[in-house]
Amino acid sequence: MKTRTTLSIASIMCCALLSACSGTGKSKIHLDGAGATFPFPFYDLAFKTYDKEHNTTINYGAIGSGGGIRSLKDETVDFAASDAFLSDKEAASMRPVVHIPTCLGAVVPVYNLPGVKTLKLTGKLISDIYRNKITRWNDPAIEAVNPEAKLPATKIVPVYRSDGSGTTNVFSDYLSKVDEAWRNELGSGKSINWPTGIAAKGNPGVAGVVRETVGAIGYVGSEYRHAMNLPEAEVQNAAGKFVTATLAGISAAAEGEIPADTRAMITDAPASDAYPISCFTWIILYKEQYYKERSRAQAVAVRDLFAQIISPEGQALAAKINYAPLPASVVEKAKKQLAELTYKGVPLDK
Amino acid sequence: MRSTFTAERKQYRLGSLIGERIFRIILPATGFLLLILLGAVLLKLLQGSLPAFNSFGFWGFTFGTQWDPTAGSEQYGALPFIIGTLTTAALALLICLPLSLPVALFIGEYYRGKRVARILGTVVDLLAGIPGIVYGLWGFYAIRPIVVELGINDQGFGFVTAAFVLAIMIIPYAASLTADFIGMTPADLKEAAYSLGCTKAELIRYVSLPAASSGILAAYTLALGRALGETMAVTMLIGNTDLFPSSLFGTGNSMASLIANQFGEADGLKLSSLLAIGLLLFAITAIVNGIGRIIIRRKA
Repeated sequence: MKTRTTLSIASIMCCALLSACSGTGKSKIHLDGAGATFPFPFYDLAFKTYDKEHNTTINYGAIGSGGGIRSLKDETVDFAASDAFLSDKEAASMRPVVHIPTCLGAVVPVYNLPGVKTLKLTGKLISDIYRNKITRWNDPAIEAVNPEAKLPATKIVPVYRSDGSGTTNVFSDYLSKVDEAWRNELGSGKSINWPTGIAAKGNPGVAGVVRETVGAIGYVGSEYRHAMNLPEAEVQNAAGKFVTATLAGISAAAEGEIPADTRAMITDAPASDAYPISCFTWIILYKEQYYKERSRAQAVAVRDLFAQIISPEGQALAAKINYAPLPASVVEKAKKQLAELTYKGVPLDK
Repeated sequence: MRSTFTAERKQYRLGSLIGERIFRIILPATGFLLLILLGAVLLKLLQGSLPAFNSFGFWGFTFGTQWDPTAGSEQYGALPFIIGTLTTAALALLICLPLSLPVALFIGEYYRGKRVARILGTVVDLLAGIPGIVYGLWGFYAIRPIVVELGINDQGFGFVTAAFVLAIMIIPYAASLTADFIGMTPADLKEAAYSLGCTKAELIRYVSLPAASSGILAAYTLALGRALGETMAVTMLIGNTDLFPSSLFGTGNSMASLIANQFGEADGLKLSSLLAIGLLLFAITAIVNGIGRIIIRRKA
């Protein structure tokens, strides 16, 4: 625990040092954040854009959601980014926080079957494949939902993440919702006790193994699927439709009932066009922004930065690089969350 | 003329005396620093792994066969990974032996000092400089399809693939040291053998190899140590499955690879278990090196 904290502190200090050297002109504001790798390309772009307009340096360390939350707990960062919201238990171990959703992502099943251009899968089929109940691609259960596809008798090689991952969390959460056997045997979490298959590290690892292994099926973050040019399977949503992870489909998944604090999993969403394996990604901030000698200017900068990111311009930026934008109803909730920030007990807006 | 010479000499002596003194302070200090560093690493590992040992017991953890991160019913045991590490390393050593010994004989005896031996020696040494991840990539794209082709398993990952690539990686460690030791066979011994009518093969069999045996053992111990700790190449090829290995031709995971894979997002008991695995790996490497030392001492 301690070792890693020191590590993350060291890396942040390195970033801070570097930026201090390159910093120019009048009192530039510095913000430090750490966390999820999934939204990193979006944040990177958004932070650079914000820096240009507001003279604020933002150092973001993509060290993983868990590491980000730990850094926030240690109060070494101004904000944490996470693909998983804090459970009630985790939240209780810290001072009060707010969750600000910034965009949406999805988990996409990818496969390697030469000659098979489209593949339809139901949650039950994915569950049976990963639980070693279906072992060949021409299994009658798969053929039943893909009557037009010519499926070979190739052995199925399920590929999963060897490292703890938000991607696995969303994937297993979805399967737990749609398949009782999955829920009872494997459950959901960042890493689970896989009964079969091959494991690889990170999205690139999974995509690489799938690309090189005929008969493989894997799951990768939607932000990654274009990088490897792998065919993605259509997944049946709660309304019975087979859908791919389009930006509109992912955004549609967030249109349902979302609690005020936005802590919700949106897998298997009921909307008719919703992509069923979708998820939020959040920024987590302390409600009380005065800690570790932080200035009011820093607190205001954090607030403004994320107000910018959830604004229409910020969300358009997300869509531009293939992150699904938040639906308007969620943006409203995110704004209310941001308005709850205080500095020395006084609301920041005052 | 003479006086300036002595003055210079005196000055030189004084300089070298001061140098000597500084040297005498720095040398043990560096040595001690290393010892302290080693102690600190051990202490930190021990401290971090205590929760895991407390929950499962030392033997329960070491010989536990389950690695189940499911929240609520977490269960961590090191045995699948100890087996994975030992299997791949031993298999690698086995594959490495027939590949490295001829090279060592070629460089150290048959073509000793010749240009072609020097070139081959440099090339072998170069192999040692290639990072693990490059070997991993090579194994992933070049060896894996062959393993599938040979029908060893369906997807090409597993102990065999990892061990083969590991074997190539450790060749330079084994070969260049072995060549050095074979080359050091005393000339009078060799001449005596030749005078008795030995052929080259007989010379190697009855003179060079026995004379160099402790050195050769040391070389292969070093190679084994390298194979035990290699992380990246193994991670890319072993399959990373945390289940108890079912067969030599199947997939599994090694200790180093498990840590590299799961450290990032681990916390609580899982993190502690990973540190405990690190401690066990430390112990295994120390034991292997210790055994190597004992063999060498007995032979010497």
